[in-house]
Parts: sequence; C-alpha cells; structure tokens
Amino acid sequence: MRLEPIANPTALRLFGLPAAALALTVLIASLLALMAGANPFDTLGLIVKGAAGSKFALLETLNRATPLIFTGLAVAVAFRARLWNIGAEAQLYAGAVVTVLLGTGALTLPSPVLIPVIALAAMLAGALVLLGPVLLKTRAGVDEVVTTLLFNFIMLLFISYLLEGPMKDPMGMGWPKSASLEKAARLPRLVEGLRLHWGFGLALIAAAVVWVIQGRTTLGFEIRAVGLNIDAARFAGIPVNRVLVKTALLSGGLAALAGFSEVAGLKGNLTLDLSPGYGYTGIIVAMLALLNPLGVVVSAIFVAGVFVGADSMSRAAGVPTYIADILLATALLTMVLAIRLTRVRIRWG
Amino acid sequence: MGADDGAEVVLRLDRITKRFGALTANDTVSFALHRGEVVGLLGENGAGKTTLMNILFGHYTADEGSVEVFGKPLPPGNPRAALGAGIGMVHQHFTLADNLTVLENILLGTRSMWRPGLGRRKARDRVGRLSADFGLAVHPDARVGSLSVGERQRVEILKALFRDARILILDEPTAVLTPQETTALFDTLRKAVALGLSVIFISHKLGEVMTITRRVLVLRHGRIVGEVATADTDRHRLAEMMVGAEVTAPKPTERQPGAPLLSLRGVCTPDRGNAPGLRGVDLELRAGQITGLAGVSGNGQSALAGLIGGLERPETGTMVLDPASHEAWSPRAALGAGIARIPEDRHKTGVVADFTLAENAVLECYAAAPFSRAGWMNWPEIDRFAARIIDTYDVRCPGPRTRIRLLSGGNMQKLILGRALDPGPRVILANQPVRGLDIGAVTFVHAQLIAARDAGAAVLLISEDLDEIMALSDVIHVIYEGRLSPGFARASKTPAELGVWMAGHGFAGAEHAA
Repeated sequence: MRLEPIANPTALRLFGLPAAALALTVLIASLLALMAGANPFDTLGLIVKGAAGSKFALLETLNRATPLIFTGLAVAVAFRARLWNIGAEAQLYAGAVVTVLLGTGALTLPSPVLIPVIALAAMLAGALVLLGPVLLKTRAGVDEVVTTLLFNFIMLLFISYLLEGPMKDPMGMGWPKSASLEKAARLPRLVEGLRLHWGFGLALIAAAVVWVIQGRTTLGFEIRAVGLNIDAARFAGIPVNRVLVKTALLSGGLAALAGFSEVAGLKGNLTLDLSPGYGYTGIIVAMLALLNPLGVVVSAIFVAGVFVGADSMSRAAGVPTYIADILLATALLTMVLAIRLTRVRIRWG
Repeated sequence: MGADDGAEVVLRLDRITKRFGALTANDTVSFALHRGEVVGLLGENGAGKTTLMNILFGHYTADEGSVEVFGKPLPPGNPRAALGAGIGMVHQHFTLADNLTVLENILLGTRSMWRPGLGRRKARDRVGRLSADFGLAVHPDARVGSLSVGERQRVEILKALFRDARILILDEPTAVLTPQETTALFDTLRKAVALGLSVIFISHKLGEVMTITRRVLVLRHGRIVGEVATADTDRHRLAEMMVGAEVTAPKPTERQPGAPLLSLRGVCTPDRGNAPGLRGVDLELRAGQITGLAGVSGNGQSALAGLIGGLERPETGTMVLDPASHEAWSPRAALGAGIARIPEDRHKTGVVADFTLAENAVLECYAAAPFSRAGWMNWPEIDRFAARIIDTYDVRCPGPRTRIRLLSGGNMQKLILGRALDPGPRVILANQPVRGLDIGAVTFVHAQLIAARDAGAAVLLISEDLDEIMALSDVIHVIYEGRLSPGFARASKTPAELGVWMAGHGFAGAEHAA
C-alpha cells in the first residue's frame, strides 16, 4: 500500500469525503440506537433538537463549548509544535484553584480590574504546571506524554486534598467544595437574563489571538517550523528549546482559562467534578479542527452539541448517553481519515 | 547491437511500461541481455532506472509488457520468483544485518524454517570457493557491523552468487567506494562475465560506464533513448544522450587565494553514535579558494560540517574566525559570522517540507528586519524576497506560496543555495551540494559555487564523488576516521593517490586499513 499526494483535489473530494465521514458516523449511531430499541430517526432528531432546537438549547451548547474551546486551543497550540500536552486537565484545575484563591476575598478590587487580574494569575498558574514537564523534556529528554498525563492525577489528588482541607468551604455542610466567589469576581452574563457568560466571548477572543500568533508572528513561525521539522528548525538556527518553553507557557495558560471561566462564569466555586474531562476532550476538539485555532471554535461547538443533545435525547428516548462518546469517537476517526484522503490517494500493491 | 549477437539471451524485457499517476516512469522499454556481458544502464535521477530494476526484481508490477528469463516468462510482482530464476540484485543501500556474521547474512532466508541447523560447514566451503573464484575476499566469520563499506558490498554480491544468481544487477555500486575498491569491484565483474554471468550496471558516472561495460543503454524520461556499443562512443556523447542537450561542466580558473577566514587548530569533537568525531584537525579556509574534502562517507565529514555549521562545538582545540565571533557557537552564531550552509540532507535538515517556498526562504533570517519587526512577520516583504531568490536562482515552481514538498530535488536545492548565497557569505559550507541532482542542476550549483569563490568567499566542498572534488577544488584534504590529510594543491595528486589516503594510508600513527 502506498500513499500518493494529490496536488489539486477536486471539489467532490474536498467536500464529499468529509460529508461521507459524517454520513458514516450517523449510520453507526443509528445502528446503536436500533440496538437500544429506539427509532434511529427519532433518536438523531432528538439529539439535534436537544443541541440546537431552541434558544435555551443553543445557549446551553455554547456554554458547554466554552471550556472546550480553551482546552482545544491549548492542545492545538502545543500539538502544532509537536509538544504532546496531554495535561490540559491539570492546567485547567490549576487555573480554577487560583481563581478561587483570589476571587473569594483575597483581593478586593473593582470588578473590571479584579477579573483581568484573576484571569492573568490563572494563566500563569496553568503555564507553570506545564513548565515542569517541558523543562524535563528539553533538559533531560523525558517524554512529555508521560509527565503531562501523570500530572493530571497528581493535580486531581491535590485538589481533593485542598477541598477536604485548607480550601474547604466552612459553610459547605461537609461537602468537598470551596467557598463561593465574591460577586465582583464573577464573569457577567454575555446576554442579560440568559445563562451564557462572558467566558464564551473570552474564548472567541482567545481563538482569534492564537490565530494571529500562528500566522503573523515570529513565534508562530517558529512553533510551526519546530513542529513540522525539528531538525531543519535547529539547523536553521531557530532556538528550539526556547520555542518549546514559550509554546508550553501559551498552551498551559489557555487550558487554565478553561478552569477560570468555568469557576468565574458558571459554577462560582470549585468542586472535584468541575471538569468532566474537558482537558482530554480538548484533544478531540483540536484534532477534529486539524489544529486550526478558528476550527477549534467550530469543532468545540460541534462536540458540545453532541454531548448536550445526547443528554436531552437520553432523557426523552431512553437511549444511553454513551452514544455521545461513540458518536464523537466515530466522528473523530472518520473525519481525520476523510480529511487525510482529501490530500492523498491510496494505491494498493 | 553488441559484439556477439550470437550469444544466448538470458534476459529479455519486452515493452515494459509503468505509470505512477500522471508520470510514466517507464515507457515501452525493451532490451535483451546476453550471456557473459556487462550492460550499463545510464540515466539521470528520475530517468526510470530504479523503477525498471524494481519491476525486474518483482518489487513493482509493470502496467504493460513482459519479462523473460532464460526463455521463460517471469511471473510479475514476485521477488521470490526473480530470485529463483537466477536474478541477484545488489542495492545501493545494503540490506545486511549488522549483528550477524558474513556467513549468517549469506544464509539468511535460504534455509527452510522447518529444518534444524544452518548447514554451516557446507555453506562455508561454498562461500570460500565463490570468494576465490570471483576475487571477493572477506572473512566468513567476521561480524558485518565491523566491515568496511567495500567489504559489505562484497558480502552482498556473495549473497547473490550463493543463491546461484546468473544475472547480477548492481544499482550505483561505486557511489560509496574508494577508487581502489572500485577497481577491485571491476575485477570481480570481469571474472563473473568470464564465468558466464551477465551483469546490469546501473550508474550515472560516465567514466565507470566507459570502463566496465560492453554496451550502454541510456534512459531518459522513462524511454530508452540510446543503445550503443561502449567502444563506439565516448563520455561526451553519452552525457549528451543522457541529458538530451549539450553539456559543459563549469571549470574554475586559476586564482590567488586570500587570507584565511576560518582556521581550525587541533580540533577534536566527540563521536556521535556510529559517526566518528574529529581527531586533531588542522584546516584553513581561505578567501577565494575552494577547499575540497574527499573521503569515504562516515569518516568525520558530518562532524566537520556540524562544527563549522554551528551545531557542534570543539571539545579541544580552537576555531578562529575572521572577523572573530564572540557569541556562544550555534547555528545562529555561524550565520551571524557570515557562514552559509548547504546541508548534506536537504529533506531532513535543509527545508521544512510542508512550508511554502517563501517560508523556507526565510528560515534562517526570519528573525531580522525587514522580514520581521518586533516579533511581527512581514509577509509581503518575505514574498518579495522569495520571488527574487526564485528568479535569480532559477527555481522552477508555481510561485512563492507553493509548498516546497512539491518541488524536485534540484529546485529545492536551488532555493537552499539561493537562501545561503544571497546575503553574500564569507564562508560557504557545501556538504554534498549536488547529491541526487540531474546534470543541469549540478552544473548550476557548481557554477554558483565557483562564482562565490571568485567573489572572495572561502568554500568548503564536502563530497563523496572524487571527480567532483577534483574538478572544483583548489586544495584537497582527505578525511579518514576523523583525521585530516595535509592539503594537496590542485592536480598534484591522481585519483589513485587520493584513493590511498581515502583508505587510511599515509596518516601519521594511523591504524592502516586493509
């Protein structure tokens, strides 16, 4: 089997293959719905309706997409440089912890000053969490996949300790949760009266900023060069290790914003279930977007929609919500393959 | 064609056509190989030589046409059948297991899995006989990892002979050999044809084709464009046939060298895996001079290139630049000191394949004005710069926004050359600058290096091709196991004399190789 590059793919190939991937995903989901004893058309209809069928549903989807945009961006930035940051989950929680520490009375500032200060501090915390693994990589050659992944567990256990100990809410009736943020530290609603908060706006801005960094700045140029061919980058005099450190700071900071926005925009306090794996789902989001920062916004909304839609469908049709995970996994596999096939042709023999 | 058409035909290719997408790699290629002759298959890179041999050996299946061996049709796409029919192939890159002995390598794959033991004793006798008959001296119990490149090639040939090959295909067999080893290989081939074997000798080196073959087939763009008896032609005419146009190689004129711009004194660098470091190297690169570095690959060329290119620092000894560089030594410091680098492996270290031409053009200088200011890339300026390089250095491409992956090796190399030469460097490190290029591109690159030398640059030319070194260099050093020979002035040594140095003789206190 050989792969032949295609210089100028036809429109049919360019749009037909991703469409076919989507169709295959839907087909597999339908079969699963059948197995669960439900009508596949109803099931899929309920998912779409649950994700985008009403203003409420749509805003719920965008709310759910917000942390995924941040973690998706964090992963996309790092993967561009072939820095395999699997630890967005840990960086997210680092951002959340700092948000709670500073937002529960440690700082008394007017809201327009307090919120940016907290956001920046959260970013710094996330950046520092990733700095350790990346220095181990550049100085000692330790594989960052292992260190960043394991850091997630260290961080979760650390949070668990904090919530049972120093950060435990004295008014929490014994539940392992932190005190709630002051009003001044809370992100305002994006639209008055609706649940969507400014975190979503911040996520869109972050995506735009990352897009500009990648395309317009020397740092973006360096990140792409290091990711595509580290030997050529080193030979050409690009300071590879410094670029990796900068990438890590950016990636960790972005992931931390997910924690900041979830605490300050939505939950108001820190619990151990703040993130149902947003750090890991960020990898799916980034891969589906082919690491394009603007694509991350679209794919995060798609992924959030599948989760929100499946939740609501599950309540109505009695099909387990696991179908959401299967849908996403299938979508990722088929879509990545389809997009690859728009660029190469497979020759057998 | 050929001297004795009466001889038995051992191999016949009949109208072989092979297409890869829009590219026709072989276009109705037909020829016959007779018993006891060496036929040269000549052609530039991409002319279709390797594709044709891969079809013959069963790695590819031809779209049209057929192959006959000893009068019997050869089933397509079956390397085992090709082996069984008596075809033996010696690839450019050897396919030996380093951790096994010579004998084990020869036996590898010849024994059934179900039979216990290898039958070493019988095999050893047979290998001994073959060694003597064909002049292939190599110890059967030596570990392949410890052998020289020339010896490894002998093992490859023995491997084919052990399997009763009657037709030997040698793909660029001399690329890695010293002149002496090449002579020994030719002796072996003469013995082989005297014993009734037939040889297909694939090469782009005209001198060798003239020496060893009886007939020459010339491939161009997948077609056979010429079939001549070697005695009836000469190098010049073969080159013309191969390229399809008149060829004149650029020649440097005599010139008085200037001051040394880069000097090494007693420099040592550490070994890197299998690649030896430098051992007490003294070298001066002078303005207006091309210094050639000859040597069999893997003798410290990479270490020297790494040192001058900024990837490596001297462990002991000193490197002096004029003007002196005060930065910590790095690729960026080297660039800052006016050293232009043409890397050995353009795909691996020369370019970022998925970057555009424009991005690759500024890979070394993006951080400085006018290509970026305060961290912001100036894309319009970068595009203009790339367009200028494309224009000046004749890079054939759709435009500066094309991904460089889509370019041919020659055009990629021209972009690298342009990127390196455009700032007007003081020192030029050209490591294998024409490897894998067609004659047109070779001529262009050589002319540019000569022009830079005439403009006062100090050029270090590293190459495994002794002809290239001898044609261009004002001074020649030979490198062997990290040591450097004294400098030899242009035309003061014959290829054979340099070959003696390349094999490790003449170095003070050196362990002499066989």
